[in-house]
Amino acid sequence: MKQLKVFRSLVKDGFDVVTHGTKNYHLWMGFLTFMMLVGMYCYSIQLSEGLSVTGMTDRVSWGLYISNFTFLVGVAAAAVMLVMPTYVLHDVDFKQAVLIGEGLAVAALIMCLAFVIADMGGPSVLWHMIPGIGVFNFPNSMLTWDVIVLNGYLFLNITIPFYILFRHYQGKEAKSKVYVPGAILSVFWAVGIHLVTAFLYQGLQARPFWNNALLGPRFLASAFAAGPALIILVLAIIRNFTEFKIQDKTLKKIAMVVTVAAQINLIMLISELFKEFYAPTHHSESAYYLFFGLHGKDALLPWIWTAIPLNVLATVLLTFHKLRNNPKILYFSCFILFVAIWVEKGFGLIVPGFIPGPYGKIAEYTPTGIEIGVTIGIWALGAFIFTILARTAIGIELGQLRYRKDK
Amino acid sequence: MSRSNKKWFSLNLGRKQHDNSGSCGCGKTSGGCGSHSNDSEMSEEEFYNAAVDASIGDEREKDGFDQVFDVKMDRRTAFRKLTASLLIGAGAVNTSCNVLSSDESKEKAQIDWEEQFKGNYKLMTDDEKKGTVDRLVRSYQMRTGKTVSMSSKNAEEDVLFGYAFNISKCQGYMDCVSACVKENNQDRNSQMQYIRIHEMKDGEGLKFDEADDNYYHEVPAEGHFYLGTQCFHCDNPPCVEVCPVQATWREDDGLVVVDYDWCVGCRYCMAACPYDGRRFNWSKPEVPEEEVNHNQHYLGNRMRKKGVMEKCTFCVQRSRAGKNPACVEACPTGARIFGNLLDPNSTIRWVLENKKVFRLKEDLGTEPKFWYFMD
Repeated sequence: MKQLKVFRSLVKDGFDVVTHGTKNYHLWMGFLTFMMLVGMYCYSIQLSEGLSVTGMTDRVSWGLYISNFTFLVGVAAAAVMLVMPTYVLHDVDFKQAVLIGEGLAVAALIMCLAFVIADMGGPSVLWHMIPGIGVFNFPNSMLTWDVIVLNGYLFLNITIPFYILFRHYQGKEAKSKVYVPGAILSVFWAVGIHLVTAFLYQGLQARPFWNNALLGPRFLASAFAAGPALIILVLAIIRNFTEFKIQDKTLKKIAMVVTVAAQINLIMLISELFKEFYAPTHHSESAYYLFFGLHGKDALLPWIWTAIPLNVLATVLLTFHKLRNNPKILYFSCFILFVAIWVEKGFGLIVPGFIPGPYGKIAEYTPTGIEIGVTIGIWALGAFIFTILARTAIGIELGQLRYRKDK
Repeated sequence: MSRSNKKWFSLNLGRKQHDNSGSCGCGKTSGGCGSHSNDSEMSEEEFYNAAVDASIGDEREKDGFDQVFDVKMDRRTAFRKLTASLLIGAGAVNTSCNVLSSDESKEKAQIDWEEQFKGNYKLMTDDEKKGTVDRLVRSYQMRTGKTVSMSSKNAEEDVLFGYAFNISKCQGYMDCVSACVKENNQDRNSQMQYIRIHEMKDGEGLKFDEADDNYYHEVPAEGHFYLGTQCFHCDNPPCVEVCPVQATWREDDGLVVVDYDWCVGCRYCMAACPYDGRRFNWSKPEVPEEEVNHNQHYLGNRMRKKGVMEKCTFCVQRSRAGKNPACVEACPTGARIFGNLLDPNSTIRWVLENKKVFRLKEDLGTEPKFWYFMD
């Protein structure tokens, strides 16, 4: 009963915190709300007209939604790079950042689920997928594995920080015995969500572009580069706009993680390129389409040739200690790395899987305005959720939010 | 169907072997060879129940409107189900309880309610299958005033459908394509077609990437040959494995079918199909009322809705009634051959035994039941 009372008070205090702030904060939240409304309007059109309002066709049947979903799974998985050092290896330098990382994972996972639902032809019959009520084709379908791991990871990433914050809110110390088992589990789970998502594509013998053993490991490498890169950017913003102290040491350590992951990612990219282009087979056509275009169809060229140089540049910049230790260069590299991997793991991975089609037909894909609207709406939703979570968490961690403090 | 009796080469890449409890060494599944004499001691009903138990077992109670509501459940599950139903069904209840609305709209609401919460067709008993078919027929009648006949006929024993395509004979007239569209009530707006005819250059072999599957000129074009593709009804279909809700499956007579009402529209099967055999309803499918084929099957050409998958079913409404699929019947050159692979006297068996046949992308281990051959 007491716990419930504390919880009620936490919700009330949290609500107070997230509804009060500077003018810039209100502008930011207003902007996100507006974008979400735009996204909802676009989605309502899609609901009434069907998926024909998107750029997807029978030839390219997954597009922007699934691309973003794939990328965001990686962002969510990246929280593990902060969780492991903090809770398992007891590295105190990460302690400040870890709650932010977990908040980011929650926001990313909610965006993932939103993208999957946006991509569904029949969202009203999604209950068919609920085990027990519907028919859950487990373990045959990798999609059911994905449903399990994503929801499980979401659960872990909500409960662990919530427990810690809930204790801190009451001015008590969080018992490590309670949350460390969960944290250790979430480390494996994070690897799991990304590997399972890669298997979703990797297991399809129909699509040679995806059906290669490197897809899963490369997913992990790129995720552990892009995710922590985003965390660095977010921490930099938080450091600037709030009193939440994040030491340089923390940022430097996360930057190290980003660097190593980006380097491994680049090695794997070279390995992939070598395999596709040294002795090209019939199965290399998708890669040819992606990098050089096929039969005059080259819609993806600008994307991939933006992503690759940005990726290389960021990795090179990060590799040199001197450059990496300069905050301005660090933020810049993290930003371009994030963009590069978004293109590469999104558009650059999903769309060429369908081109050329099973019989060599090349039909290109361009997202429509409505599709882009829904996508932006979902990103705004993610940012909105993250802002709320981060503000509450920071409030509690700074001691501004305490149970019965002012009563 | 017993797999050891197959008359064609099978790669068998670690595929699961289904043991058919009813089959015996003679290869027949029903009586006749003498070793089934025990069966006669069971009453019809007992045998039926035992057979149902053996084939679907626990799954019977897993889902479905009746399947769900007839089983015992604890308070928690019951509560969960009720809340879920409540949200979506509130509108329907409102209509059906409204004293002012007519009997017809009440019936409509009742049908909509039951259709929304019915189970997966694959797991339904024959009575449940009949129930949903009756509801769909009634609903169509109330909405359009027209009567359709819809079948829920199951696969027959000792039948395994197969298809052969004579590349030498096909001239690319595409009569099969238009017959298919007409027979199967495909969406006219998006010009959905199950069959694709690939026009290839003579002397270059099967170069699919250079073939034209969307030509608009007089055929046969000089120096070209034609090859048709559609769903190959694989014996080891990748699309079935990946479906998260088992909305698509392989029937006992080898047809790979979709329950349009159970499909959630994730299009994973489309990504998994190596043969471009699946089609999606990107918007609400529309067929002019006067062109609708009223001879329907639940798993075949009944009207679809927006956001679900569909595909060639070898015209299940025709093939299970002993007729050839529409494409076979429409072909003016006799390039298409369809029949029962388990019948040693069928034409398809003659083709497989006497012609040099091949299948597409055999290295993928999908085991298509669709062969190509040349004269």
